[in-house]
Amino acid sequence: MRVSIVVFPGSNCDRDVQRAVSETLKTQVDMVWHEEREFPEKPDLVVLPGGFSYGDYLRSGAMAARSPIIDSVRAHAASGGLLLGICNGFQVLTEARLLPGALLANTSMTFLCKKCWLRVESTDNHFTSGLKKGDIVQYPIAHHEGLYFLPEKELKALEDDGRVVFRYADKDTGKAGAEYAPNGALNGIAGICNKEGNILGLMPHPERSTFGHLNGGSDGREFWLSVARDFAERGAF
Amino acid sequence: MDTEQKLRKVGLSEDEYKNIKDILSREPNDLELELIGVMWSEHCSYKSTRPLLRTFPSKGKYVLQGQGENAGVVDMGEGWGFAFKVESHNHPSAVAPFQGAATGVGGIIRDIIAMGARPCVSMDGLFFGDAALRKTQNLAKGIVEGIGAYGNAVGVPIVGGKTFYSSCYNDNPLVNAFSAGYVRLDKMASSQTAKPGDLAVLLGSKTGRDGIAGASFASRELEDDAKASKPQIQIGDPFEEKLLIECCMDLLQKDLIASMQDMGAAGILSSSSEIAEKSGCGVDIIVEKIPLREADMLPWEIFLSESQERMLLIVEKEKLDPVFALAKHYGLDCAVVGTMTDSGRYRVYKNDVLLADLPTSILGDTPEIIREAKCPEDLSERQRLDLSKLRSDDLAGDLLKMLSCPNGHKKDAIWVQYDSMVQLHTIAGNGEPAAVVEVPDTNRACVLTMEAEPYKCHTDPYKGAVETMALSLRGIWLTGAEALGMTNCLNFASPEYPEKFYELKEAIRGLADTCRALDCPVVSGNVSLYNETAAGQIYPTPLVVTAGLVVDRNNIIRSGRTQQGDIIYVVGKTEGSLAASRYQDHKSGKPLGATVAPDFENEKKFRDRAIKTAELQLARSGRVAAGGGLAVAFANEAIASEIGMRISISPEDSPESLLFSEGGARAVYSVAPEKSAEFEALWSDFSLTRAGIAGGSDLVWDNIFTLSVDRLRDAFAGSVGENK
Repeated sequence: MRVSIVVFPGSNCDRDVQRAVSETLKTQVDMVWHEEREFPEKPDLVVLPGGFSYGDYLRSGAMAARSPIIDSVRAHAASGGLLLGICNGFQVLTEARLLPGALLANTSMTFLCKKCWLRVESTDNHFTSGLKKGDIVQYPIAHHEGLYFLPEKELKALEDDGRVVFRYADKDTGKAGAEYAPNGALNGIAGICNKEGNILGLMPHPERSTFGHLNGGSDGREFWLSVARDFAERGAF
Repeated sequence: MDTEQKLRKVGLSEDEYKNIKDILSREPNDLELELIGVMWSEHCSYKSTRPLLRTFPSKGKYVLQGQGENAGVVDMGEGWGFAFKVESHNHPSAVAPFQGAATGVGGIIRDIIAMGARPCVSMDGLFFGDAALRKTQNLAKGIVEGIGAYGNAVGVPIVGGKTFYSSCYNDNPLVNAFSAGYVRLDKMASSQTAKPGDLAVLLGSKTGRDGIAGASFASRELEDDAKASKPQIQIGDPFEEKLLIECCMDLLQKDLIASMQDMGAAGILSSSSEIAEKSGCGVDIIVEKIPLREADMLPWEIFLSESQERMLLIVEKEKLDPVFALAKHYGLDCAVVGTMTDSGRYRVYKNDVLLADLPTSILGDTPEIIREAKCPEDLSERQRLDLSKLRSDDLAGDLLKMLSCPNGHKKDAIWVQYDSMVQLHTIAGNGEPAAVVEVPDTNRACVLTMEAEPYKCHTDPYKGAVETMALSLRGIWLTGAEALGMTNCLNFASPEYPEKFYELKEAIRGLADTCRALDCPVVSGNVSLYNETAAGQIYPTPLVVTAGLVVDRNNIIRSGRTQQGDIIYVVGKTEGSLAASRYQDHKSGKPLGATVAPDFENEKKFRDRAIKTAELQLARSGRVAAGGGLAVAFANEAIASEIGMRISISPEDSPESLLFSEGGARAVYSVAPEKSAEFEALWSDFSLTRAGIAGGSDLVWDNIFTLSVDRLRDAFAGSVGENK
């Protein structure tokens, strides 16, 4: 599997994702600067990493969603390629209208960085097919704008479609929902995918829980392996 | 303006003015006087403290770059250098907490970049006033948000620090920003390697009117009407800084820079004159080439502006094109503003008119002041402690207070606002006694501890400073690391009072003696004086950060890992001193009494055994006894490990002393039963006490108290006790 990570000015998790993916999947990872118009080699997975693209000075992700590379990102996803947005990358996906909704400021009105427990809500997509529905996983969060918002009718449609992939949860009881969201996200939504299941956006950082000896845990490792297994079974698109 | 007024404006004395005229053999013009005034300010020249700072031991087998550069560098092995430094941003944070603290983070990060290192960790020492005051809460909120906003966006994890509350900081909070980075040894940069003919290139933000003459602002007491100082506050842009980091790393990787210097205090003036002076060159600066935010800026404003996110690069002529190309790639402004010369002169031109012509040495090699030091008259009073007044009629309640008071309770409300994980190398982060980060692409780990003991330094500056430094070293050793070097930030009141200068001098002597005796060279540092307002002076607050190295990160002793059935040991004396302890301050309402006397031989014995304990993995968990004494160490260990303990040590002096005394080389260890014989053998010729056993859900101290771990946890969360 060939992976490309888009680097926007202000991205700061690009190298982290590179390390997590290349060490877990032993695969080629290209770093692609946002000013490129095309990917140097056709990628199978494109990752929009976390950080503060363009300083997040307008709205988080708004400027990056209009970067030169975004046309190629759209084309990649439209042809069935895998597209993953983590944290700021998720914000870029919503700003680019590749995923519905918006990420608003946390109800605490502060930045929040901590370990965070999620329930896997859906495995009917090309990212979490290797995980088990109902599993509790820990991926850390680090954001100021993580309150997932969508108008009521669309939110219901999203839920009915089974497109909520991760929901904030209690690690002991396994219950998930709005009351477990550290940021006020509606329905406790932490990550969603598109209808086709090839675009995933999530606020928590699986790359931060990839190496067990670090302070973010190790649950994210299974996430990368799941993506790779799904890809291997499905084959290039 | 007559001469007297001019001198007052630039902060020079009559004597200094006479000295300047002697050096120049003429009167300086107004611009020259401005330039000299700033470079001779306390903040830029360290004129009061340089004679003292020279007493620090600076050499050691791991030191690659000692004092005198933008940051110190120590050798982490396998080709990696570790550049680190701590710097104050106290006055700006007092006036504009958010921006003051944010730009403190930005400034120290650029010091690390200037060494050629990629900034990889930050820590912050925060000293706030009385926690119950609304003013303190507002200042603390702004400062913490400012640090987070800058550090999070720039993508450098904040992995630890120190937060301390005392009413002596009510009007003058302290913000000490630490940053560090890794550099490949063959890519280290320097401010001493410019050559005549090289070009001076400004990279990053345009120069504006923000922060003009911040250096002289920091060289005076804070005025009541601090708002009048607003123009001296800089505004931070972490996005620009992030691009600056990436661009500089790229430039260094491609060997395009001959020399570099960050722009901190006194901006273009200090950076360009320092490079010229340290490289043994001269420099010609062309004013109209400097990109400005406001076209009508005067030359002195341009030279003294402290606009953030700028670096001065020295570039060989033939490498200019690729430098400009990379700057464009990252969207950064870049301009050639001058040329290095062999003249030994610092010359300023505007439209071919020579505006200033000074020997670089007058800017770089500044005069020193020998200040008078006098032992404070009230020092013996500060050291008088009536132990009978420290009796407790509720030891359990007092322990809960030690855990829940502002200096005792956990600081999660702060930590959660900082990204502690970005860059994917944090092994142990916020809330742990020592921060641990990976050394890139190796099995090695770097360990960092930050300490300050203001109470103990107030009552005895020498012993207090010794205990501060020793405490920081013990934290390093306990993890199994060897100490490679330290950096410090000396926060004191005005050196113009002989009694305050005495405290400064004694504290430096304490740090220097400790570092020399315990083989930990001082590689960088910063002095912040004039930390006082009309309302009072801060306690002497020397803050230290020590960097250590563990060769195999699998052999680190961490805390909070105690398991059922582990044997609990105390190494070192079971009782230290209640003087100037957290408990004593709580009982008396102010710090009193001199802390323990230094015992460097004992510290060395502790060091050797602690490192061996980790290397042989003889303990499951460990923790140095610090604020709040053994009782707080056991309680914190029980909370972090989520397990009870039964302790059965009896007091020698008093139960208060047994539970809460501080000072000296002491630690608690949790040892698996099968390792206990080997552990005891290793520590047999050191004070060793088998203190108890881990298990259950209560912390039981035989004949003294029983408290559930749940109650301890609630107290530690800050929900019990006064002054919450």
